[in-house]
Amino acid sequence: MSGSVVDNTVSSGNSSVAIPTDISGQILDIDEDDDLEVFSKDTTLSDGSSLNASMQTSSASMINQYKFEEEEEDADTKDIFVTVDNPESHVTAIETYITYRVETKTTRSEFDSSEFEVRRRYQDFLWLKGRLEEAHPTLIVHPLPEKFVMKGMVERFNEDFIETRRSALHKFLNKIAEHPIFSSSEDFKIFLTAGSGELTSHKKQGPGFLSRMGETVKAVAAAVRGVRGRPQEFTDMQEYAEAFSQKISSIDKVTQRIVREQKEYLEELKECGPTYALWSQSEEELAEPLKNVAGCVDKCCKETEEQVKHLNDHLIPVLHEYVLCADTLKAVLRRRDNIQADFEVKTEALATKKADRDAMRDELDKVEDRLEWANNALKSDWTRWQKGMRTDLRSAFNDTAERNVSYYEKCLAVWESFLQSQRTDAEGNGNVDFS
Amino acid sequence: MADSGSEDIAVIGNTDLTPSESENNVKNAMVEKGTSLLKKMEISVAEAEKRTGKNAVNMQETYTVYLIETRPVDAASEGTNPVPDSLWRRYSEFELLRNYLLVTYPFLVVPPLPEKRAEFVWHKLSADNMDPDFVERRRVGLENFLLRVASHPDLSSDKIFYSFLTEENGWKETVFETGFQAKADSRLKALNATFRVKNPDKRFAEMKHYGDELQSVISQLLRVRARAADRLYGVYKVHGNYGRVFSEWSAIEKEMGDGLQSAGHHMDAYAASVDDILEEEEHYADQLKEYLFYADALRAVCRKHELTQYELEMAAQDLTSKKQQREELATGTIRTFSLKGVTSKLFGQETPEQREAKLKMLETQIEEGEELVKERNAECEEFVKSAWVDIERFKEQKDHDLREALISYAIMQISMCKKGIQVWNNAKECFSKM
Repeated sequence: MSGSVVDNTVSSGNSSVAIPTDISGQILDIDEDDDLEVFSKDTTLSDGSSLNASMQTSSASMINQYKFEEEEEDADTKDIFVTVDNPESHVTAIETYITYRVETKTTRSEFDSSEFEVRRRYQDFLWLKGRLEEAHPTLIVHPLPEKFVMKGMVERFNEDFIETRRSALHKFLNKIAEHPIFSSSEDFKIFLTAGSGELTSHKKQGPGFLSRMGETVKAVAAAVRGVRGRPQEFTDMQEYAEAFSQKISSIDKVTQRIVREQKEYLEELKECGPTYALWSQSEEELAEPLKNVAGCVDKCCKETEEQVKHLNDHLIPVLHEYVLCADTLKAVLRRRDNIQADFEVKTEALATKKADRDAMRDELDKVEDRLEWANNALKSDWTRWQKGMRTDLRSAFNDTAERNVSYYEKCLAVWESFLQSQRTDAEGNGNVDFS
Repeated sequence: MADSGSEDIAVIGNTDLTPSESENNVKNAMVEKGTSLLKKMEISVAEAEKRTGKNAVNMQETYTVYLIETRPVDAASEGTNPVPDSLWRRYSEFELLRNYLLVTYPFLVVPPLPEKRAEFVWHKLSADNMDPDFVERRRVGLENFLLRVASHPDLSSDKIFYSFLTEENGWKETVFETGFQAKADSRLKALNATFRVKNPDKRFAEMKHYGDELQSVISQLLRVRARAADRLYGVYKVHGNYGRVFSEWSAIEKEMGDGLQSAGHHMDAYAASVDDILEEEEHYADQLKEYLFYADALRAVCRKHELTQYELEMAAQDLTSKKQQREELATGTIRTFSLKGVTSKLFGQETPEQREAKLKMLETQIEEGEELVKERNAECEEFVKSAWVDIERFKEQKDHDLREALISYAIMQISMCKKGIQVWNNAKECFSKM
């Protein structure tokens, strides 16, 4: 993990934020109209491609690992179920933080038992994500909800914020559990099963700080040089990622604007009902229909409130996740580029230098393997990701459309019952000739 | 009163009734009332046109004129379709007509004109009097006004009204010849004056209070409704952005492209649908506005009652004081303070001849006073009688019309919901194909 991440989590004890410089450059373009931006960009991982011990296996077996596009994930064969719930607040001398209950039910043989229950805090999720990204720099890890709020005065411990975060953490773990590679990660298993002491000591393992820093420096150098011979397919992916990022961000903004306008509409509508009710007090014959209309308007208000809530709780979080996914795509492509850049640098070095040729050739071979492996992994995961994106967004929009239909159906029923009441009224008074 | 049984034509039996049909039912109800005027002729305000001309201070001005068409009823039913008689009038002439009616029939609740300037607008509506939508709504309102007058049992037989409909030239002069202008000025003064009435008719006091409340609550309703309409407009229009972005997004997707693209079209349709929805709601707002202005007319009648009552009380008071003066003079005692009394105390009593003269004058005044009180009393009673009849008529009309308006509002909401259901069902189908 890059040093900057560790620093951030410690300093996040107070909610008045010192924005780390590496994030500030990538703050989402928020125009004045936008209100609360709960999800801004989280770039916890540097673009360094740090070497992980688990990668030291033969290239052949590595490539085989990633031929998972043929596997269809069948819900019936799902053998691990993870839930995140039950947020609790913890107060220590230094800080206050929230932990979430993570419950796992599984039939997998590599797990010692079939049920586990642990408590994890946001830091732990962050750690897990970092580990997975380190181990598989060109695989697409589902995004985590943001550490803190960039704009607005929302407290970290506000109920809505906690619930939104919990829901996103739940999705995160489930995406990991569904992923053919990630779900068999040792770090993932430990995350789900280890007691807090065990987890802390496990966290301390892994490449040391300095070696990570060393890799980071090399990676920066490679990034600065840039990649020369990028294959077209990756350039295509790059273009797609850019375009997708723009579109999904726009949709996110549009949806937020809709929610805003709906809320303002609701505010005005809330005054209509009482006005009709007030009027009914001055009337005799009209009192009943006026009161009735007042009731109808109030009912429609309630329905509007529910509909807005649904948008907020269901569509918006999904859109936000995919805004972050877009950034993940770009990051993954960058990392792949860096590996290729590294390969190109080493290739050039081998061609020009005379000394140490054997050692350099060895290193070049390793990097070449890494590159091939990274490319294949990325291609497979890209396809997988697109399928997942399609499913998620289709389902989210579908649900929204369904919810909107239901909203209008309920309002329709309200007004039709009003008409009905007026009809029976009129019939009762013998005023109307329905022939 | 003519056939009240068929007054409400199957309004509620059919929920597919559009709001404009519901409005027509209100009109038909007026026509069915069968005043003698309406039995003879059909009245409509068919068109509006822009004109330019020189005004009173010789400056160029642009104004709108409205075409009033009248057609004999028999001809229409005979199957022939003769060209209707028509003439052009501008808004100020309608105002003149109404002012004349107000002054001539102070005991009647005179139908109001559509608003002079656009009020209770929300951002999309123009406050410009030349705006075609405003002109169109005004045309409808003017027609409504004419029909209201024509269906009123008393107003419909007014000659000036008839010539308004039929005599293009010289009508203005005819109106002024009635001399109503003088009465208009004093009426205005009286209505704005403050005076305390000791014994107003309770019913009128209640009506006045009701008029105040009605005006206040309808204003509030119109304001709130306009704001809500503004917001609703925003909600729908923002969905149009979905259309644009979905379309752009579909260009970079393979399998999702078609579903996205067609969903986007539905979002555009959704955004566009709000224009019609809100236009219909403006009709509803106009119906409310009519009664907002009616409230004013109602209050004017009540004020007029107060005025006549006040004048009666003043006359009675005057009579009483004169009688008292006579008594004092006759008995030589001064019970009431009067400057005369004080000065006579200071400067000595009058001569018997002077006193005799004074007494005689007082007697005459008292006689006249008694006549005046009788007159005023009769006036008051007459006013109360006629006004109350019309107020009752107005109440019935108001209850009927506003109920229709509420029903048409419900129908509008239903129509809006149905459109929403359709669009989102369509969108859902497209999304499921993503």
